[in-house]
Amino acid sequence: MEAAFLIEKILLVVVLFVITLTIAAYSTWAERKVAAWMQDRVGPNRAGIFGLLQPLADGGKMFFKEEIIPSGANKWLFIAGPSLALLTSFLGSAVIPFGQSIELFGKTVPLQVTDINVGILYIFGVVSLGVYGIMIGGWASNNKYSLMGAIRGASQNISYEIAMGLSIIALLLVTNTLSFKELAEQQHSWHWNIIYQPLGFLIFLVCAFAETNRVPFDLPECETELIGGYNTEYSAFKMGAYMFAEYINMFVSSAVMVTLYFGGYNYPFMDQVNALLGPTWGPLVGVSVMFLKIILFIFFFMWVRWTVPRFRYDQLMDLGWKVLIPLAIANIVITAIVITVVDKL
Amino acid sequence: MESLSGRKKVLEQKPMNFWERMYLPAIFRGMAITFMHMFKKKETIYYPEKEREFSENWRGMHSLKRDEQGRERCTACGLCALSCPAEAITMIAAEREKGEEHLYREEKYAAVYEINMLRCIFCGLCEEACPKEAIYLDGPIVPADYLRKDFIYGKDKLVEQPITELEALKAAQD
Repeated sequence: MEAAFLIEKILLVVVLFVITLTIAAYSTWAERKVAAWMQDRVGPNRAGIFGLLQPLADGGKMFFKEEIIPSGANKWLFIAGPSLALLTSFLGSAVIPFGQSIELFGKTVPLQVTDINVGILYIFGVVSLGVYGIMIGGWASNNKYSLMGAIRGASQNISYEIAMGLSIIALLLVTNTLSFKELAEQQHSWHWNIIYQPLGFLIFLVCAFAETNRVPFDLPECETELIGGYNTEYSAFKMGAYMFAEYINMFVSSAVMVTLYFGGYNYPFMDQVNALLGPTWGPLVGVSVMFLKIILFIFFFMWVRWTVPRFRYDQLMDLGWKVLIPLAIANIVITAIVITVVDKL
Repeated sequence: MESLSGRKKVLEQKPMNFWERMYLPAIFRGMAITFMHMFKKKETIYYPEKEREFSENWRGMHSLKRDEQGRERCTACGLCALSCPAEAITMIAAEREKGEEHLYREEKYAAVYEINMLRCIFCGLCEEACPKEAIYLDGPIVPADYLRKDFIYGKDKLVEQPITELEALKAAQD
């Protein structure tokens, strides 16, 4: 392992870290703006132009609030909960390719922190780790509402992971690879997987909403029933960490969906653009296309949040077990039959 | 049974058909509605910079009036304080000295006049009780502040600004 390689990877990690943090911070601002627009309001507009300094103000406020650890709480687990939630939410973006290999200072740099050949499995592992943050935090609070929220979160995540996995299997039948890099390369220019797997995408999308605990599946933290759910007892920056983890999860799951179904950094006529701009600026256009897609997906998350009301708990389980899982299995069977028939012809 | 008014409507509860059970069309319709709302005119008024138009009988901050010669009308009779249901008004009366005729209209005047704006409910009863037409709730919105003591408004904030000679001249010309 040479020093240049190490520096390159460390730089990539730092850049990705900063981008993730920035996007997550500005998601909180965008969420409030989108909510306001959809309700015919203006939204935050006092801190900076268009309220653009609002995330900084919110972060500063979170830092200076009083830290309260309930006397009945398990102190170490109480701190471990939000830390784990934040940590696992960051892990996911390591395997996502954000662009084609780019030529910088005479070196070819892949815009992906690491290309492991089981990238999809890795993402699944990290996503299922995410539930521990909620579980531990909710349990350690020593509060019935928190515990209820944590239990809901755990059962919901586990139920929807099944449908999510099944919808991915149908995609894998088409693509024959678990590596995100190959997945992205296969979807060159307009050959996006959404064309071959529309139903699979729909199932994955619904499950992604459930996995990130976003409305209409935000039962672990529903304010009206559970006064905040698993984060009822949290204050100051630990509360902020949970909120931040949610927005980072949103960013990572948007990135995963873009890479799996919407062609990642690919866009129509990309070969012509690349030939025109050369090996440095061409891939950068791809990167911006990728981030544009991610931002559109984040907007979609928010759009749904301010439109659809929350599910009742039994309806949530009905949808997961009785609708999505059978649909996903049917999708696998149909995909398999179509692939076999097309191969034989 | 037949309803007497003839306006009774029986709610029909048909079982949902396949499309309705899919929920997706309904969700898309809802999302179209929220999307359209993003481009609607915002109702927000940017308050400290801009103020909404008030109706003519809007009751805002109190002002203690002066007469045509710029003398304070209040005679410190205490009827406003007595009529106040929120006990927001207090005053200390004083007698007019010789040579103060240009300042106070009556022989008695309010040396101290205080309204606690946190107690005031802006009902306008003081306005009605006043026999001298000395108090009116015709001011702006009472501004926010940080300390409770700063909400007790004295004469410095309540009494109308004296009419300057220029304004008096202008009024006379009109």
